[in-house]
Amino acid sequence: MEILISLIKIVIVLFVLLTSVAYIVLLERRVAAAIQNRIGPNRVGWQGLLQPLADVVKLVMKEDIVPRQANKFIHDLAPIISIGVALATFAVIPFGNRIALFGHDIKLQIADVNIGILYILALTSLGVYGVTLSGWSSNSKYSLLGGMRSSAQMISYELAMGLSLIGVIMIAGSLRLDTIVEAQVAWRWNILLQPIGFITFVVSSFAETNRLPFDLPEAEPELVGGYHTEYSGLKFGLFFLAEYANMVTASAIITTVYLGGWQVPFVHSLGLSDVSVSIIQVLGFCFKVGMLIMFFIIIRWTLPRFRYDQLMNIGWKVMLPLAIANLLATGLVILLKWV
Amino acid sequence: MNVEIIFFFLVAALAIVSAVFMITRRNPVKSVLFLIVNFFCLAVVYLILHAQFIAIIQILVYAGAIMVLFLFVIMLLNLGDESRLAEKTTYRYWIAAIAAGAALVEIALGVGVSLGGTHGSFHPAAAEIGTVEFIGRSLYSEYLFPFEVTSLILLAAMVGVIVLAKKKFH
Amino acid sequence: MLTEFGRVFIFFIIGAIFVAGGLVTAWLVRPQRWYPNKLTSYECGEEPIGDSWVRFNIRFYVVALIFLVFDVEVVFLFPWAVVYQKLGMYAFVEMLIFLAVLLVGYAYVWGKGDLDWDKPEPQIPSVKGKEVTKPQYAEEVTG
Repeated sequence: MEILISLIKIVIVLFVLLTSVAYIVLLERRVAAAIQNRIGPNRVGWQGLLQPLADVVKLVMKEDIVPRQANKFIHDLAPIISIGVALATFAVIPFGNRIALFGHDIKLQIADVNIGILYILALTSLGVYGVTLSGWSSNSKYSLLGGMRSSAQMISYELAMGLSLIGVIMIAGSLRLDTIVEAQVAWRWNILLQPIGFITFVVSSFAETNRLPFDLPEAEPELVGGYHTEYSGLKFGLFFLAEYANMVTASAIITTVYLGGWQVPFVHSLGLSDVSVSIIQVLGFCFKVGMLIMFFIIIRWTLPRFRYDQLMNIGWKVMLPLAIANLLATGLVILLKWV
Repeated sequence: MNVEIIFFFLVAALAIVSAVFMITRRNPVKSVLFLIVNFFCLAVVYLILHAQFIAIIQILVYAGAIMVLFLFVIMLLNLGDESRLAEKTTYRYWIAAIAAGAALVEIALGVGVSLGGTHGSFHPAAAEIGTVEFIGRSLYSEYLFPFEVTSLILLAAMVGVIVLAKKKFH
Repeated sequence: MLTEFGRVFIFFIIGAIFVAGGLVTAWLVRPQRWYPNKLTSYECGEEPIGDSWVRFNIRFYVVALIFLVFDVEVVFLFPWAVVYQKLGMYAFVEMLIFLAVLLVGYAYVWGKGDLDWDKPEPQIPSVKGKEVTKPQYAEEVTG
């Protein structure tokens, strides 16, 4: 029974995740169009709502072209690593509190591992492989340059990412994501307690997901398509999916760690039943994630791209010292309050 | 046999297979990939032993940082071209084989001796030792000195990187 | 009894089934019409010149090495952060010493210029040996 509940949760989460990713692509295209004073895709279905479906069918039907000199095995493997890492992070994200349904007390989280944050960081560090290997295996100059740039970028920002999380762990005293969310009850959100940590984490998330203004690996004017220049068909589709899934994952992590996760302030004072409180909390979580995704999209279509030396400077000379300073300051504040 | 033991043997077998593949592949990038698979198997074995922190560090540091460095070196030195890596000297091969055989005998003897003692049920305290809290408490109180020395080692490593990189390429 | 990591494992398996399902479907329905020109690597329509597996700049390697050192440092910070509130002052001073030693290394790397990346050096156009600055150019155009 326990395994069955787990299975149902996993299938629902994966299904919702993949569907929402498809619709975020549509959202991004519509928002981009609005920002650039165009209309955007609106022909397939009402307001283009069937566009993602058409896109998927198109990608599946496309021929898979592997360059003659490429390393076929690694060329096939790279997109699978990318999408795998992007999806696997969702195994530990708590998207709601407990809910009592059909006589079962169900926890709205797939796996409540007690090293949740480290699990996320470990997976983030593996994300480098998808990009590096796709760049290397294609045996194309653009791909290789994109792959190398991207891997150097990702490892640089990974440090700032890990260091900014330390402050949150010091406050919660646990690596368990559920405990971190529970510590942010009412308005004790970590964004208010850790504003600098929040900024360094969000900036690093942008760099980790290769989104503008940090999308150097696929800077179109100079690198054509970056590391996925030589990909076509569904393998390209998987990279595309991974990019957007990473965006959702990053938003979900930011929500969980800094924006109170599923905590909705004042929900308990409304006098609702437990089940409806739980549902409101899940909706609150989705709303916060949605707002962050909107933020990601608007940033992409508003800011220009950094130059590579600027990018490395920001990572190593601004974000890293800032994160260390934040961690020491947090330590000092906790010390003054508790001793 | 319970599920845990069957799972352990599956993972252990995968670890050995990936280790063999890692050595026998001609393409160094593929070797790196099999080594990563090997690290994953090790991490799972740590998890079976309830050493969660070590397991995740195995992935975070070894698979996520050291192997990235390996990949970078392979790309830096352009080792992707496998034909140039073909072994010419055969005596090295035999020395390596003898050394590996000796190590295997040593491990087998070591395991044989340790299995002679009592072994049986899992110690209940072992699950607690693997947690981050326990590691934190002992590392930052009992093992304070080794921890501070680590910072010096890391410092030496950092300075060493810069000195070596400058020496070779300037 | 399923442990939490067992659940993660099941998640991996089902995720793999999702991805594999997609890949197999694509493999079944997609066309395969290869010809030599289609299989060349992209180089703006020209014949690719040489092999693209070339040597890389040493900087990438140095960055990866420094990253490795800092990554180990960050790993030490996690158990520290978890027990910080229990150990208090003691832990703070400990970590201050640890970080101070590492910040010396960080300052050294920064000072040696290994965190600097190549900056573009724009070639400012000159006319008859005289450097053309922006206002002058604007004057020339409008006047």
